[in-house]
Amino acid sequence: MLSSLGSAGGKSAKPSFVSYVTPEEIKSEKEPSRKEKHPDLLPGEVVFCSASTVLKYTQDDLSQRGVFGALLCTNFRVSFVSDEAPTEETGQLFKNKLYGENDIPLSCVDNIYGGYEDKKKLITGGLVKNKYPSKMIIHCKDLRVFQFSLSFSKEEDAKKIFQGIVHHCLEPKSLRCLFAFSYCENTSYPEVQRKKQTVMFDSVEDWIQDMKRTKGNCRVVSENSNFELSPKLPQFFIVPSNVSDEDLTKYQGKGLPMWCWSHHSGCALFKTASIPLVQEDNVPQTYMEKMLTAVAHNHLYSVKTEDLSDTLPAVQDILLSYNKFKQFFLIDNTTEFWMSDMKWFSSLDNCGWLDIIRQCLQKAVEVVECLEKENTNVLIMEEGGSDLCCVVSSLVQLMLDPYYRTLLGFQSLVQKEWVAGGHAFLDRSNHLHLKDKAESQSPVFLLFLECVWQLQQQHGPAFQFSETYLTVLSDSVHVPVFTTFLFNNDSHRDNILRAESPHTQRSPLNCPTVWDWSVQFDCKAQDLFTNPLYSEKPKQDTSVRKSYRPKHLRQLSLPSSAFKTPPKKGFFKDEADNLKKILGVKRLSRWMLSPSSESPQTSSSVREFYEAWQTKPLDYHGLLLPCLDGPSIRVWMQRYLRWIHDVQILGGGPVAMLSKVSEILGEVQELQRQLDRHGCTLTSNHKGARPRAKTASVIAARSSVRLSSSFPFVTSRNWLFKPAIPTSLLQSLMVTGMAGNLADREDDGGGPESLV
Amino acid sequence: MASASIPVYNSSNNPLENSSSHNASRESLKMELLADCSLLPGEERIIDKDIIYICPFSGALKGKVFITNYRLYFKSADADPAVTLDVPLGAIGRVEKMGGASSRGENSYGLDITCKDMRNLRFALKQEGHSRRDIFDILFKYAFPLSHGLLLFAYLSQEKFEENGWSVYKPMEEFRRQGLPNDKWRVTFINANYELCDTYPTILVVPFKATEEDLRKVCTFRSRGRIPVLSWIHRENQAVICRCSQPLVGMSGKRNKDDERYLDLIREANGTAKLTIYDARPSVNAVANKATGGGYEGDDAYQNAELVFLDIHNIHVMRESLKKLKDIVYPNVEESHWLSSLESTHWLEHIKLVISGAIQVADKISGGNSVVVHCSDGWDRTAQLTSLAMLMLDSHYRTLRGFQVLLEKEWISFGHKFANRIGHGDKNHADQDRSPIFVQFIDCVWQMTKQFPTAFEFNERLLVTILDHLFSCRFGTFLFNCESARDTNELRSKTVSLWSLVNSDLSFYQNPFYTPESNRVLYPVASMRHLELWVTYYIRWNPRIRQQSTMGLFTVHHGSLHSPPWVSSQSTMGLFTVPMGLFTVPMSNAQYYTET
Repeated sequence: MLSSLGSAGGKSAKPSFVSYVTPEEIKSEKEPSRKEKHPDLLPGEVVFCSASTVLKYTQDDLSQRGVFGALLCTNFRVSFVSDEAPTEETGQLFKNKLYGENDIPLSCVDNIYGGYEDKKKLITGGLVKNKYPSKMIIHCKDLRVFQFSLSFSKEEDAKKIFQGIVHHCLEPKSLRCLFAFSYCENTSYPEVQRKKQTVMFDSVEDWIQDMKRTKGNCRVVSENSNFELSPKLPQFFIVPSNVSDEDLTKYQGKGLPMWCWSHHSGCALFKTASIPLVQEDNVPQTYMEKMLTAVAHNHLYSVKTEDLSDTLPAVQDILLSYNKFKQFFLIDNTTEFWMSDMKWFSSLDNCGWLDIIRQCLQKAVEVVECLEKENTNVLIMEEGGSDLCCVVSSLVQLMLDPYYRTLLGFQSLVQKEWVAGGHAFLDRSNHLHLKDKAESQSPVFLLFLECVWQLQQQHGPAFQFSETYLTVLSDSVHVPVFTTFLFNNDSHRDNILRAESPHTQRSPLNCPTVWDWSVQFDCKAQDLFTNPLYSEKPKQDTSVRKSYRPKHLRQLSLPSSAFKTPPKKGFFKDEADNLKKILGVKRLSRWMLSPSSESPQTSSSVREFYEAWQTKPLDYHGLLLPCLDGPSIRVWMQRYLRWIHDVQILGGGPVAMLSKVSEILGEVQELQRQLDRHGCTLTSNHKGARPRAKTASVIAARSSVRLSSSFPFVTSRNWLFKPAIPTSLLQSLMVTGMAGNLADREDDGGGPESLV
Repeated sequence: MASASIPVYNSSNNPLENSSSHNASRESLKMELLADCSLLPGEERIIDKDIIYICPFSGALKGKVFITNYRLYFKSADADPAVTLDVPLGAIGRVEKMGGASSRGENSYGLDITCKDMRNLRFALKQEGHSRRDIFDILFKYAFPLSHGLLLFAYLSQEKFEENGWSVYKPMEEFRRQGLPNDKWRVTFINANYELCDTYPTILVVPFKATEEDLRKVCTFRSRGRIPVLSWIHRENQAVICRCSQPLVGMSGKRNKDDERYLDLIREANGTAKLTIYDARPSVNAVANKATGGGYEGDDAYQNAELVFLDIHNIHVMRESLKKLKDIVYPNVEESHWLSSLESTHWLEHIKLVISGAIQVADKISGGNSVVVHCSDGWDRTAQLTSLAMLMLDSHYRTLRGFQVLLEKEWISFGHKFANRIGHGDKNHADQDRSPIFVQFIDCVWQMTKQFPTAFEFNERLLVTILDHLFSCRFGTFLFNCESARDTNELRSKTVSLWSLVNSDLSFYQNPFYTPESNRVLYPVASMRHLELWVTYYIRWNPRIRQQSTMGLFTVHHGSLHSPPWVSSQSTMGLFTVPMGLFTVPMSNAQYYTET
């Protein structure tokens, strides 16, 4: 089942294309109006090659019909420009300003398949010299599938466009070739517009501010602002206060505990790139012990460490799993779709993607438990320290700190943990198709977004941003315009942007970050990024919080170790010696076992922690924990099913509820406005929780449009309002497979046959 | 219910409770129990006993159980917060003794109770002195009253409600709403005394041109006399859904001219070129039925009809499927390979087939073609298909009262064999006639409400309440197999309807996001991608899952008698949440709804 879904394996014969006009007719028809068709090119965008009379199959119906138009390849995208006059409503609602529904940014191309008569072959680049397929199928990283027929174009054009697309999408290229650079040279963005903006963590102030916010008490390091300490370290970072200057430069930053977040009890979360320990050499071990002591020193001489390389899947496994998973959604035709529907759950299970999500969430809960319940410092580590460390540390902060569940807070979190944290976005996405980087490709950031989505769908009102926001963010990774996702770390970004600057010696090239959402979407569309049901924190609280931080309702009121053993004089020293002793014997004190050798103890401890939390009243501004049971971890429907016509719920889906809610909220606001006008003052706590009705206006404005479950990505088309009826090809197979003799029995036979 | 929550019934606030207090003994402990659990009018205490409840979630709990003629109630003595169980005896499917007087090991001697609502209960007692004998006997007697010559509790209940639920469905009114009778369809009273068909209602709608004599002749050719009759008519295109049982074709391939002509009259009524007959069964089963005298409409006999098999399996397959599902969700949710385990129960696959069958029916009707739906006897799969298709086609059935009408009409009046399928008050737990067909239908409805969260006036709570009282025997609504049996047993005069309870407090069951849209056909997507396990129902006894999913319901401070025990969890304090669990609305926003 799976193999037929996925790879380029042979495909069963499909209904062949039925043209209602002969190619000759088309040609003669086209010839007079044949002028160069161009999409609206972006600044710095250049067309490489193009072909006309390309047929784009419309997936919207079963009949293998399509639209004719021109296919182009530019330095930014593959673009199909339809010969038909653009319909008014199409794409109006949630239009991306950079690329349209028939455009594929080059970095967004995942795989290209050639259709040779009945066979579908994966194109791997380089291979295609003379032959070109009659049909080209493009699978995109945002899960769109495009099918083009080249058989109506001039042979020469067809060959050129095919080879052009393959070349620009699949061949290795230099970073300089990415569109961002020619785009940014030709556009000017207002330098900084930082009022109420995302905290970028590119200045020492940002870091100090965040540490103050969480009442942390660590050492801010700004000595690396010009990457003098190490190019592998971020420009600015925070380490435990006991870390000395000379510690900073040892092992190029490896083993250095980087502060992530401080819990209100005083303990903190740190992450580090682990040092490979060589048996004979004792030096790294001594260093590691020193660092651990420094972490422990942060709060009550407590530290727990966790090597994520041992307990979570490797980045390669994450890629493998995701590659299997995504195939379920890259659907070439309806038959294939319904075939795969039969084994949907087990296929999903077997690819393991949901399980990886669960493992990451579980690990984060374990860390949260240490911070929240035991008030111990936690040091998470892995080789490199910038993949699963980023996933886990960001998740921990989302669960513990309501600030990161606001839109700006979330963006700041990504800046802090991922961008400044040195996640190798460029290598992990392999936009450059470098052969030697193929190994390092992995959707780690997407995995994080998946985990966030799980949290969000379990605790909707706790998040200010919407599901749509997460989906768009996951797409934006593949739009090679934003500095956010183009580099491997701070020094890499700094070097490149300086080198590419048109004005040498002056400021580095000014590129937008993904958080400049206006680059992609207008204000109205951006309204869909906020969750109308977000339960905003009542305003009065903010003034109080400074001096006194109330225990959140759902924070555990378990006795913290701080109160159990009041520190006495001399206690610290003993404890430190003791700790060293322990560490000297055991390399690291692991408190977790790997999931493969999962002890029932581990999961039951997490379960107890969850259950204890669950019995408390839920506070959307307090600690949030995900339920990790099988039925609770789900598929991110919006992201994965949005393009598949057969599963659109017309007039239904979450958006139906959302628009109703927005409508009600809009009415409420109107009423409130009227009340205000009549001088009826409402008490302040009502004002604090004023719902956002911006979304209301957006959706209300389009109430005439029939919404579907893939809103806002696909809006009403000329789809026939016909229900999708599952093809029942395989259904009879089930009978023999499962039901055995039961299936043959009479409903009310009344026979004496008995079944135990 | 094994939970940390106690249904708070405060007797001092509720005058209704006084009626039951004369049953109470004066012992303080017993008084305390009564304060927790108010008895229904007509409910009587039978026995109470110190017992240990082996809770699968919190371990062995000492406490006290008491049994009335309606329920089993348990409250733990020392757990904090107290764990309570409140189980209507009707939900009990099987009571067994566990261990013997000489069994070793802690808590090895006691009772094992299998419930019809997806849970099992284990109690342990002291081994000395046959301590379980009396409780076992009493439980066995009162859980299965019909097997012991006793009345079902519905006949003992003295409950009074503002509304009389028995007046919810009036067949003539419903037909009139559909625009019937008209010049093509007439109402017949031929079955007024259940002479034509003892499992059909008294009022039937048939083609205008069919005479009473025709009906009698067709009757001989349809299994159990269940002739094709109209269930629903499309207002604009006049296409109809007719339902019936299988034709009695048999091995020899018998034909019946009257039946053939009768089906053609149905086709003719709105000028449909070809009548579509949906046989709900897999074709192999339809063929196999010939051996027992049944079968399906052959091509040559029914020239103007096309036959489509919908591949829905029989009651036995469904029963086993739900049993498998229970195995993977109770007491603990299968941990490794949850999705594969779920798939192997085939439960959602069956749901998919039922929904996709109904979609096909609804689609045909929308296209202006009349359809006839049957399975073998036309009271299980047929009821599922017609009622689901009607739910898709007619927005009236998506309202709170309209849904009650739909159930009364397609399920209750047309003789879905509730008594046999559920086994009300009957001790024979292995009865092969039992099957969760109605549960499956309610699951399908739930799937639709998930996909169209604003299209239904009622909320998930209504569906769960319906299923709870499907078993409870507190109301007469789901008792007996057919109308004739209900008449014989004077059901409507001697029992209370479930709709009395529901309609006396409609707001409790309302979906606040309901957006009425008449004339809109709802086509759910019958793909596994969109079908999900109804966690709030099937896994509701699991405290972890339950808590999460009660988020999907409103928290209303209901001290009333009827709030299902599992809803009264106090932990969602201050939350106002959306019924289908898609979004949750914080209280702060909810205030806007109520305070102006």
